[in-house]
Amino acid sequence: MEKVIFIEPEKCTGCRICEIVCSLNKEGAVDPQRSRIQVVKIDSISLSVPVVCQQCYDAPCVAVCPVGALSRDEAAGIVSHDQDLCIGCKSCVAVCPFGAIGIDTKANKVFKCDLCGDDPVCVKFCETRAIQYVDANTLSLRRKREVVPNLADLLQKHTTQSAV
Amino acid sequence: MNKKIGYVNLSVGEVEEASIPESLRRLYLGGRGLNTYLLFNHLEPGTDPLSPENVLLIGAGLLSGGPVPAGSRTDIAAKSPLTGIIGDSNMGGFFSAELRFAGFDHLVIKGKSEKPVYIWINDGQIEIRDASRLWGRDTLETMDLVRQELGDEEIKVLCIGPAGENLVKFANVRTGLKNAGGRTGMGCVMGTKKLKAVAVRGTGELEVKYPREALQYYKQLQNQIMGSKTARLFSIEGSLMQYNPTNTTGILRVKNFGLNRMDDLSLTPDTFLKKYSLGSTACFGCGMHCRHKWEIKGGRYKGLRGEGPEYYTLMALGNVVYNRSWDTLLAAQSTVDKYGLDLAEAGNIIGWAMDLYNRGIISKSDTDGLDLDWENSSGVLIPLLEKIAKREGFGDVLADGIRSAVERIGRGSDQYAMEVKGLGMVGTDDRAVPSLALGVATSTRGADHLRSRPATDLFGLPEKFTEKLYGFPVSSDYNAYQTKAQLIHYMELLYEVVDSLGICKYQTIFISPTFPQYEEYSKLIHYLTGLELSVVDLRNIGERCYTLERLFDHREKGIARKDDYLPNRYYSEPTPSGVSKTRGKFLDRAEFDKMLDEYYCLHGWDFDGIPKTETLAELGLDREPSHML
Repeated sequence: MEKVIFIEPEKCTGCRICEIVCSLNKEGAVDPQRSRIQVVKIDSISLSVPVVCQQCYDAPCVAVCPVGALSRDEAAGIVSHDQDLCIGCKSCVAVCPFGAIGIDTKANKVFKCDLCGDDPVCVKFCETRAIQYVDANTLSLRRKREVVPNLADLLQKHTTQSAV
Repeated sequence: MNKKIGYVNLSVGEVEEASIPESLRRLYLGGRGLNTYLLFNHLEPGTDPLSPENVLLIGAGLLSGGPVPAGSRTDIAAKSPLTGIIGDSNMGGFFSAELRFAGFDHLVIKGKSEKPVYIWINDGQIEIRDASRLWGRDTLETMDLVRQELGDEEIKVLCIGPAGENLVKFANVRTGLKNAGGRTGMGCVMGTKKLKAVAVRGTGELEVKYPREALQYYKQLQNQIMGSKTARLFSIEGSLMQYNPTNTTGILRVKNFGLNRMDDLSLTPDTFLKKYSLGSTACFGCGMHCRHKWEIKGGRYKGLRGEGPEYYTLMALGNVVYNRSWDTLLAAQSTVDKYGLDLAEAGNIIGWAMDLYNRGIISKSDTDGLDLDWENSSGVLIPLLEKIAKREGFGDVLADGIRSAVERIGRGSDQYAMEVKGLGMVGTDDRAVPSLALGVATSTRGADHLRSRPATDLFGLPEKFTEKLYGFPVSSDYNAYQTKAQLIHYMELLYEVVDSLGICKYQTIFISPTFPQYEEYSKLIHYLTGLELSVVDLRNIGERCYTLERLFDHREKGIARKDDYLPNRYYSEPTPSGVSKTRGKFLDRAEFDKMLDEYYCLHGWDFDGIPKTETLAELGLDREPSHML
């Protein structure tokens, strides 16, 4: 079963617990700068969005990496990053559509989310379940179930009109 | 977890830094405790709080920025221009975490700049920058302009608004859309120094001594807190959840101090949630997310947005001033936020002015023609707030605080002034609840609940349970005087520790007896810093810091027993409404005096409420000021 990180920004409270626990788990310190997940906040429109690697199937970062340090690991369902091969050229940082790849200025390498080996710490700590780790196969139908009630009014109106 | 302390002298534009010795952490932790130490040491006795010699302290809690539930609060201290005793205010948000990522734990700000300036702290560097174009701007504009000027949206800003610039003595300090260091006029102190803002940005890390254990323990505490129904309710209603039960019981001030229950229920949280709430947000590291985002969707204030309101907003800008309109309340909150006024003090002083007007003590000739009839509160609340912030006309009379206004108005107006030690009274009416009343009376910063409030005393918890919770049985009767001095002493020490660690009171036994306290804090401190501080050690730290605050108050203003009483009406006027346990109640002065005796004894203070020489020696305070930092 392939599982994916699924983010619902409307549930995010902007508490940044995900940044605290990710960096603590990965770096042994609270270090939002080196957290694999970061919350972007836009106060003027009351919006907070956790941003993290989407583990793309056809990932621009993999395509652009000149030394093959990034590759799609199908078994793990992630885009994996080999620190030993990485030359720190940051091409991946430039092409990622989400800004999900960070630069570690201490190690002179880039870093990204690896789903904590199929057990993402950020998900465990997210109180509002704005960040979830879910089965990729059922996600789509689940979303449909969530969206359809919003359409119900419209559909009913349409049905009534057709009947008339 | 040990970052630096930065010293900024605005008169000469000099910046220095130093490390904080572990020995001082063991004595004062950080946040409020260490700020008190710094204030006691750096402020020359008898300093005029409005002079450049006043010292402004900004401090991160010992655990700020760390893996701690709601544990990243910022503490701001100085000698209060409003009261002349300790000024200290504590706020949530993201500021202190960012300050630590930028390499600093505490700031000591002295002197006065010639022209408006702001302090910019960026990854270990402190710079004093020109703020001429920020002067006159409201708090939200200021934060935006600072971020624009420095070109980084992630910058956290703490600033004052026009009220602080105009030296309103209860001007606050603000950070973000919501948070405020409200009480005791710390914004006024910034104004006297021509310091408009402090901006921070840090990309550094915060070391954690035992990361694995800290991570696990963070989760365990999250579960302990969020597993409770109280926390779940707080996640939905925020602190507003306390309004209906306390209002119905009859322990809220209405019309200054005229009624103890609002019978008009227009201001219920339910209405707010349905009509205005846009969901909730959280402070750094907090899973409870009690802050609301709101928008006014129609009417005169259509389109106005903000964050809040708190239970306290409902009291100060609702009940106390007899405003029953949600629209007006939110717009008034927005006004105090933008101008940078303490809403507690503003509500209290406006409630008092309205009380005087309705009693015929003052008239339109005093109020610049404004009609302060209780029925007109919705019409005058915002104009009065603006007048105070701008020091215009009648607003100027109120802007120096209630004691000064009493002097200027005279005419027996002191009888209706609800204050202790010069700080406006909390929004609750505690006549029926001796524990709460004692805490407000003895608070080192003046009338205030956040120094000690044992809100769970209202739950009527069985003695067997309270014995486990506090280590001694507390009477389950909230009308009782017995055992309540012990309870207040316990809570004063606990909150001192909480404020020094940087933890939010909403996640302490303030609101639920199942929430963390000393034992949990002892473990947290160990996992995060490596320091071994037992429960007894922490209690001693609480006593040391609290007694040092008392010593400061005594040194600066001769604070003693005579200052630890509530306004006279508390001892003579029975409450007019409420349930049977709260109706017809007032405090018995003899019983109150007995509580005071017991309370001083527990602190090791003498009959007059002055710390005894042997107590100071036991706490190591006989060496203060020791000038170790």
